[in-house]
Amino acid sequence: MRSIILQTATRYLLPILLLFSFFLLLRGHYYPGGGFVGGLVASIAFVLHSFANGTEATMKILKRKPLSLIPVGLGISAVSVVLPTFFGLPPMTGLWWEEKVPVIGMIGSALFFDLGVYLVVIGVVLTILFTISLTKD
Amino acid sequence: MIDNHILAPVFIHLFTAIIQLIAWRKTVSQRFLSVGGTFIGLLIAIRLFAKVYTEGSLHMNASNWEAPFGIVFVADLLSSTMVLLTSIAGFAVSIFSSVGLSRQRMLYGYFPIFHFLLMGLNGAFLTGDIFNLYVWFEVVIISSFVLMTLGGRKAQLEGAVKYMAMNILASTFFLTGIGILYGITGSLNMADLAIKIRNFDNKALVGITSIFFILGFGIKSAVFPLYYWLPSSYHTPPSAVAATFGGLLTKLGIYAILRVFSLIFIPDDFTRTLFMVLAVLTVITGAFGALIKTNIRRMFSYLIVCHIGFMLGGIAMFTKLALMGTVFYLIHDIMVKTNMFLIAGFIRMVSGTMDMQKLGGLYKNYPLISLMIALVLFSLVGIPPLSGFWPKIYLFQEAFVDKQYFFIAALIIGSLVTMYVIAKMWADVFWKDVPEGVAIEDKYKDLPLFKKLLLVVPILLLCSVTLYIGFNAENIIIVVDRITNELLDTSPYIRNVLGDKAFEQ
Repeated sequence: MRSIILQTATRYLLPILLLFSFFLLLRGHYYPGGGFVGGLVASIAFVLHSFANGTEATMKILKRKPLSLIPVGLGISAVSVVLPTFFGLPPMTGLWWEEKVPVIGMIGSALFFDLGVYLVVIGVVLTILFTISLTKD
Repeated sequence: MIDNHILAPVFIHLFTAIIQLIAWRKTVSQRFLSVGGTFIGLLIAIRLFAKVYTEGSLHMNASNWEAPFGIVFVADLLSSTMVLLTSIAGFAVSIFSSVGLSRQRMLYGYFPIFHFLLMGLNGAFLTGDIFNLYVWFEVVIISSFVLMTLGGRKAQLEGAVKYMAMNILASTFFLTGIGILYGITGSLNMADLAIKIRNFDNKALVGITSIFFILGFGIKSAVFPLYYWLPSSYHTPPSAVAATFGGLLTKLGIYAILRVFSLIFIPDDFTRTLFMVLAVLTVITGAFGALIKTNIRRMFSYLIVCHIGFMLGGIAMFTKLALMGTVFYLIHDIMVKTNMFLIAGFIRMVSGTMDMQKLGGLYKNYPLISLMIALVLFSLVGIPPLSGFWPKIYLFQEAFVDKQYFFIAALIIGSLVTMYVIAKMWADVFWKDVPEGVAIEDKYKDLPLFKKLLLVVPILLLCSVTLYIGFNAENIIIVVDRITNELLDTSPYIRNVLGDKAFEQ
């Protein structure tokens, strides 16, 4: 069943939801939010798109399999965890860039950890949902 | 002493797994990565052990938050020994599974999950925070659940459901216990808990809390009457997977009991009696289970249960010699049980079945390999001077001193039955001729030499470690002696984590 209302709405909702998920990711360090929630919102955006246009269409705009996001995300998180040991600090210590970046604010290794979580969550959720919806019975 | 690199055994497996995920479905490169990763992991574990052995316990405050507020990781001699044994077993299993596993299972991500499992095990051994221990337990359970279901045969799924249900129950008990502990002390750091529980007045509440931990760890380490998930699930996955499970997972439960009941809850008379009753019943039921099974791996599963009872009995007596017996048995058991399941995998490769009634003639076809396997079997039985013999001496001696006659009887029955079933297996599988009317499919014979070596070398590696433990028992006893001292007097551990201010209250 294709609904023209849902399709049109999704066309505008997809970028807004993605933007909102990115906002959640960035504000997560000191306020409610973070990589996990951000990732969930981003994957919901794609799920909505797949409801409106079919899973194949969503796969097309993603270009790659969502599965390939998992190792990338895990890698970013793992590197940001191990990085402090090269500066003589225990793993997972927050390293901070000294100057503020406009719009984003302070940038530190915690942000990259969150970014990794964000990608892993998108990868996992989309892999699970696409596998279920593409299974032929 | 602070060392920021003690988590290296965890990270090496994490990064190996991530790189293998990038090489998804490229099974050849995954095999090389896995063997390489476990080898580097082994080197790191040796380095960690050597450092702890020469310089004493190490610790690390994750995120630079001081204990007891942050999560702390501690490498004392017990932890680093366990990490070393895990790494040896992991290396052997990794080599074995590069040939002994079907390509189908590798395509669905066997190797990355295997490394996540090793990561979880190493993390659980190294953590000094009780909630973090729970998290590592979960990492181990989730990975092992995936490993168990990979392949998706009906028997596997059936075993996996039993396994998962019991382990979720165990985690619930464990988590409830942690919740109550946090409620009464306001801390999760094990060293801090040790002091706070010692100064806590309501001993009855502490006793009840410890029951939750006994239940949780009891299910995980397959103690009577909570063990039945183990024999009904361990024979279903491929042998390489069963080797990791049989060698390491139940021993993680024993490690957790050793750690929590030496540090936080010092066993009182009630706990010790409870442990002793459980130990005796575990040995007896495990032994009787092993008697009636004709499938090799089912029999081994019951032997795991039986020998868990030996270790638990040592903890129940909680004296120096008894604990030495337990820790020594733990070291011996990890090496031998891992090897036993690899041998089961080898037997299946050679003859296509694991039913003892259909097997036979292995000695005639492979005399040298059979002799090597015989050494492993003798070590398991505990024929002097092989490795199973030494810990039993300690346990016997201490049981006589402590007048635990039921445990002595259980020890004798357990050892006798082990000897009987192993002798029966030796006669059936190796000496007897192939029964008439049974066609043997020998997949091993047609393999190229390199692949043959990949199957035999891990068994040989673990066998030589076992022989080392047996013939150089004096070196092992030095390590075990120091571990036992750490378990009985935990103040160095607490001082290591919290500093000198810990005892000033």
